[in-house]
Amino acid sequence: MARNPRVAARSLDGEMMIMSGRDSTLFTLNKTATILWQSADGTTPLDEIVEHRIVPEFEVGKAEALQDAEALARDLASHEILQISEEPIPQQSVSSGDAAGDAR
Amino acid sequence: MPVRVNTSDPAFLCTLQDRYSGFLTSADSSERAEIEFDVDLTPITFADPAADVRVTHRLGRWSLQRGDFLAEWEPASRRGRIRQTANPYSIDAVLRIVHTLVLARRGGFLLHSASAIRNGKAFLFAGVSGAGKTTISRLAPPDATLLTDEISYVRRTDVRNRDAGYTAFGTPFTGELAKLGENVSAPIAALYLLAQGPENRIDPVAPGDAARSLLANVLFFAEDEELVQSTFHSAFEFVSRVPVSRLTFVPDARVWDLIG
Repeated sequence: MARNPRVAARSLDGEMMIMSGRDSTLFTLNKTATILWQSADGTTPLDEIVEHRIVPEFEVGKAEALQDAEALARDLASHEILQISEEPIPQQSVSSGDAAGDAR
Repeated sequence: MPVRVNTSDPAFLCTLQDRYSGFLTSADSSERAEIEFDVDLTPITFADPAADVRVTHRLGRWSLQRGDFLAEWEPASRRGRIRQTANPYSIDAVLRIVHTLVLARRGGFLLHSASAIRNGKAFLFAGVSGAGKTTISRLAPPDATLLTDEISYVRRTDVRNRDAGYTAFGTPFTGELAKLGENVSAPIAALYLLAQGPENRIDPVAPGDAARSLLANVLFFAEDEELVQSTFHSAFEFVSRVPVSRLTFVPDARVWDLIG
């Protein structure tokens, strides 16, 4: 799972906002989607993200959290915010308005 | 941003001179135009006279199309051509769009907002149609200088300085008031999101809401990922440097007691 490099992203006061470069649609991510976005480095599998980031944060069972995370990842991919694949995805930098290229 | 328009039609030239009076410079001015257009007034039969605007980029050239005009503009040469009838609203739309393209690369934007200078500082009043841009412009006191009642021109004061603020410039892009802004500028002290209500009051706006509201009011037409991203980041830079509040007002002049 990787961040789509064709979007622009900014975090402001704890809110992660994403704009599609293709059609200018603006998305505000909820807390879980923000974790997925921040963790989507192209190599870390979703079940690891769920185990290490989501389960401790929300105190839910892993199986249930993984099911929800898979649905959310598919939804984010359908909006071209994330790219999902069974194989590692080379991560390109996402436009974040600074030289580092990481979402703030 | 100096703009040069070339037309061989004397009547259309008079129309433009009248429409943009106050923003005109001498034709032999040494200032180089940053945007230059040749206008061909032709009785074109457009495929769809009601077509929405489309702004696309290919091979270093922008193509601008709407039901009433066809235009091209090349940033490298700063020149372009417009095919339209003698309708001043057509060229006005082209100039607005090209300004959004140029400003996006410079950290600025055009904003659906009225703006005015008071006590040496510029104040922006943003909102969709009906929010009160024209009303608050009409209510402006004599010591306020109106920059626009419809489309504010916003630019980084110094693009080389990361800490620099933003400046608002007067524009000839009018709304319902049909009154040109003054051709002056000032540093922006505040952006107010307009709402009409039972009393005059100013309320804080959360940063995320400020960014969303700003983006909703930025004029942007280009189908171009790079410019979309530039404009997105410009909006966030703006809200990190300029206070954004909600201004609720009743339609009388006392609202200006809160401004400046």
